[in-house]
Amino acid sequence: MSESIYIRPYLRLSGLEPLVVRPDTNFVNVGERTNVTGSKKFARLIKENKYEEALSVARQQVESGAQVLDVNMDDALLDGVQAMTTFLNLLQSEPDIAKIPVMIDSSKFEIIEAGLKCVQGKCIVNSISMKEGEQKFIQQAIICESYGASVIVMAFDEKGQADTKERKVEICHRAYNILTKQVGYDPQDIIFDPNIFAVATGLEEHNNYAVDFIEATREIKKLMPLTKVSGGVSNLSFSFRGNDHVREAMHSVFLYHAIKAGMDMGIVNAGQLVVYDEIELQLRELCEDVILNRNNDNNEATEKLIVFAETVKAKGKVEVKDEAWRNTSVEERLKHALVNGITDYIDTDTEEARIKYPKPLDVIEGPLMDGMNVVGDLFGSGKMFLPQVVKSARVMKKSVAWLTPFIEEEKKNNPNVGKGAPPKVLLATVKGDVHDIGKNIVGVVLGCNGYDIVDLGVMVPADKILDTAEKEKADIVGLSGLITPSLDEMVHVAHEMKRRNMKQPLLIGGATTSRMHTAVKIAPQYNNGVLHILDASRSVTAVSSLLSKEKDVLLKKTKEEYEDLRNQFLNRNKKELIPYSEAVITKEYFDWKKYKPVTPAVDGVKVLKSFNLATISKYIDWGPFFIAWEMPGKYPEVLSDKIFGAEATKLYNDAQKLVEKIIDENWFTADGVIGFWPATSNNADTITLQTENGEVKLDSLRQQLKKAVGQASYSLSDFICPAELGSDFMGSFAVTIHGAKKHIDKFAAAHDDYNKILVQILADRFVEAFAECLHEKVRKEYWGYAKDETLTNEQLIKEQYKGIRPAPGYPACPDHTEKLKLFSLLNATENIGIELTESLAMNPPASVCGWYIAHPQSHYFGLGKIGRDQLEDYAKRKGMSLIKAEKWLRPVLE
Amino acid sequence: MKTIQDCLKERILIIDGAMGTMIQLYKLAEADYRGERFKNWPSDLKGNNDLLCLTQPQIIKEIHKQYLDAGADIIETNTFNAQKISMADYHMEQLAYEINLAAARIAKEAVKESGKTAWVAGAIGPMNKTLSLSPDVNNPGFRAVTFDEVVNAYYEQVRGLVDGGVDILLIETIFDTLNAKAAIFAIKKYFRETKKEPLPIMISGTITDASGRTLSGQTLEAFYTSVMHAKPLSIGLNCALGAKEMRLHIEELSQIAACYVSAYPNAGLPNAMGEYDEKPEDTAHYLEDWAKEGWVNIVGGCCGTTPDHIRHIAEEVKGIAPRQLPIVEKELV
Repeated sequence: MSESIYIRPYLRLSGLEPLVVRPDTNFVNVGERTNVTGSKKFARLIKENKYEEALSVARQQVESGAQVLDVNMDDALLDGVQAMTTFLNLLQSEPDIAKIPVMIDSSKFEIIEAGLKCVQGKCIVNSISMKEGEQKFIQQAIICESYGASVIVMAFDEKGQADTKERKVEICHRAYNILTKQVGYDPQDIIFDPNIFAVATGLEEHNNYAVDFIEATREIKKLMPLTKVSGGVSNLSFSFRGNDHVREAMHSVFLYHAIKAGMDMGIVNAGQLVVYDEIELQLRELCEDVILNRNNDNNEATEKLIVFAETVKAKGKVEVKDEAWRNTSVEERLKHALVNGITDYIDTDTEEARIKYPKPLDVIEGPLMDGMNVVGDLFGSGKMFLPQVVKSARVMKKSVAWLTPFIEEEKKNNPNVGKGAPPKVLLATVKGDVHDIGKNIVGVVLGCNGYDIVDLGVMVPADKILDTAEKEKADIVGLSGLITPSLDEMVHVAHEMKRRNMKQPLLIGGATTSRMHTAVKIAPQYNNGVLHILDASRSVTAVSSLLSKEKDVLLKKTKEEYEDLRNQFLNRNKKELIPYSEAVITKEYFDWKKYKPVTPAVDGVKVLKSFNLATISKYIDWGPFFIAWEMPGKYPEVLSDKIFGAEATKLYNDAQKLVEKIIDENWFTADGVIGFWPATSNNADTITLQTENGEVKLDSLRQQLKKAVGQASYSLSDFICPAELGSDFMGSFAVTIHGAKKHIDKFAAAHDDYNKILVQILADRFVEAFAECLHEKVRKEYWGYAKDETLTNEQLIKEQYKGIRPAPGYPACPDHTEKLKLFSLLNATENIGIELTESLAMNPPASVCGWYIAHPQSHYFGLGKIGRDQLEDYAKRKGMSLIKAEKWLRPVLE
Repeated sequence: MKTIQDCLKERILIIDGAMGTMIQLYKLAEADYRGERFKNWPSDLKGNNDLLCLTQPQIIKEIHKQYLDAGADIIETNTFNAQKISMADYHMEQLAYEINLAAARIAKEAVKESGKTAWVAGAIGPMNKTLSLSPDVNNPGFRAVTFDEVVNAYYEQVRGLVDGGVDILLIETIFDTLNAKAAIFAIKKYFRETKKEPLPIMISGTITDASGRTLSGQTLEAFYTSVMHAKPLSIGLNCALGAKEMRLHIEELSQIAACYVSAYPNAGLPNAMGEYDEKPEDTAHYLEDWAKEGWVNIVGGCCGTTPDHIRHIAEEVKGIAPRQLPIVEKELV
């Protein structure tokens, strides 16, 4: 028989995972930013109903170390019960947030109870008190206990909030006796908040507040050792708001002493606490004096801290260009230039090194590689970010370009030069696909780490990729692609590699690729190693492992992982589908009788050549710009991010300058074409357009996933009036940016990958902005169904306009082949010069096309998976062979 | 007479096996489910097993008696779905109270007629709607039911069970902890409002897969922490897993639970035909192992188990000392 087990009287909380507060826990951080009274940003998001985005605030708290999440919805303009319910319900579906316990924070008990009804874990209620007498206190405590929540009791009674040590202890002790003796609370489930008030306010009676809290804490823990003490720390430094440097120091010093006295948890900004020992000595001592109320006669300590705070505020505004590094050795200068991405002196420094070293190659293998290794290490440890690394690569390339003629010269004299060359990585965007921003970034990052990159560009057929790999003796082959048909092409390349008996590991990357798809479809085709690479930053470790003795271990591990994934995939809970016939019946019904379609002002097709670039630039959504650069966080917050902010701001400024240049010098030409036609639907999935060349039938796809009762199965055709109920209109558009290629090539030739990628990404942003801008003009003018619309760019980005513009190949209508009909309706190739590849990718890559639908209730949706029955019906009505339909619809087939 | 608390100190108690599996053996038809009273009921009733408490009480009693004969110390009322939210599937919301009342009485009579000392546990199932999970993939914040509605439904079920005379309330097969918390809330509210002596509560959760978590995503310890406030007589696991897969979870629970530990797994995992084919001696063998490890206080069976399984389990654990309650400390050492 086993030995006795002891259950210790610790505070135990839970989200999806348990949190046990042990005596050695030290201090529990309660995340405070999900509080509408404390965080302006969170308050704004909740008021604007942007709950999804508000979740990211919660996530950020968890990521920066919050162990409990405080949620507060107390705002006069909010329906607190509803806001608390909505937010907590949503939060439950985010396991990475819901893993930690929730602290439900409100001064209104009805909001607290609403919160308790949404959370399965054991929560903390913040707070109840004897403010309105014992009876109400007991009543509320019983309710909290019935939900199994721990409670924070505020030191507040009928007479008011306790400010002295004696009152704090007295009230807490009284509450303790009631809770343990009358309500049945375990002492460890009781948390006291003995009130943290602001110090250094200038009023002498406030000077002892921190000491009162600390001493009350000590007494409470002595008297009631199992209970916990908590508090809202930011109150303390209220008089220094606006000066985070001093505030953070005050909080740290306060916590240092309060925790020693027994404080167990506190509501803090989890990402913003300085380490006590790291606070500069002078500031730390001033804080100690203020908090411990020492040397503070006549507010002396307070005054000193205020004076100090002023000096901190004034500092750090002027940016001085530091040129001291120019005085160091040439090796140090090269390293500095590489790490900081400075090209100003690279030619002179390289030349100096070339003369100093015996051979030009020694410069590359010596100081340049040393510098790049530092860059690689910093990037690997998260201390450098992608845009910086790309700039480093530019410096490296320029330096190498300076040396190349000398190396060539030497080669002529000595054919042995170049042996032991760096490992070679071959990269290509597969046949049918023209997108290569991600691939270029990977190329740069790998190049920075000393690999020799052979980049075959875009739309590269399998044969060419593999022939080159063999000819060039590439050590690794990497494939990239953005549109869904590229996935099949990658499977084909893998298959061919096996047939040719190749040995190189194969890397897979790009926006539509995934670990699951790689494991299930690509990896089984080829035995010598297939790896999915999530983003550019992962490519370095993968490639270096594959070229080291770790290779076998990595491949074996990956093989096992993919095996597991395949099993998971096979055993996954297949989403339940309803029969297609049933889905058609549960279509979305609009009240068509009440709807009067607006006849488009433009009849037929209209071409818009060389649209004004300055106008377009106002519509740019900068969010995806930062995502493309692998900068985490959202725009504009990313600009003030603690870690990425400075670099993001630089990047943003560079981009702004380039945008100006693009506009002023007409680098781009923005061409578009739109068209509108009378349209009807057939109550199923066919939309019929009346064009001057006769009827054109569009085929839409319908959701088949089983949904809750009463919820419709969406299809685009539901948004067009059925023929028997009247008539309607539908439009389409295609837009493109010409001219980017010339500048991309120019920067590539100048070894300037940074600007090359910048132009590529901006071309994408411009074409998206063009589509947005044109859609607005269509709503207000060319179609004219929303003439009075006034929306800000942010509202446009949030898709708050009436009507939609879904794009073939994207979630609502994932079949790329409908693009053929769209192109023929608009005569898009002839009118504005967009070509379609065999995979139906558009070239130039910065192109967008889609449908216009005007009904105010029309909305975006994702199709989800569909069944064989719909596939068969779709193929039949489209007059397409089943095999062909299956090929194009594979990504959505269950 | 000894109380259940007395007996739990002395030996491992046996809880009965599957009710549904046994009902299947009777091969009841739609007409049998309807009986005379619901002859003209507008919706199909076949499969509404809890309704049999009203229409075929003799069958339910017979099943209870078979389990009592096999050695069960605790039998569960036939009320797994008997609250108005689940009953709405059959438009029988109005009958929830009556079914619970009848089910409790039938089980009590079965015990009386068997002449044995045994306890009746009023079975409170998870219901067909969940409070932590959205049924709509496109709208994760959506809920098909509210906490208050769930509390009301469970409150009425508890009222029926208590009025019918059950000895214990058993919240079982919990895959969404928030539903269980609503049941606990309803029980506390019921005893507070009626001022009756509270009945002991047994709580039994369900780990649904190899992740070791509940369907609503909690780890075992988080689940236990979330329901501790019920101050239950026992905490345990049932359903979804066979004994083999449940083993490590029971071990964990036995280390963290301040109360008694119960375990009633399925008869293995279902085979390709969806049937349970683990033999009684095999199930019993697994449970014997747990008993020897000192992990359990109450054992029995869930889906696929029969009186034969219960008989074997009872024989195997007989004479093995029960898990000792941990020492719950009241101060820091």
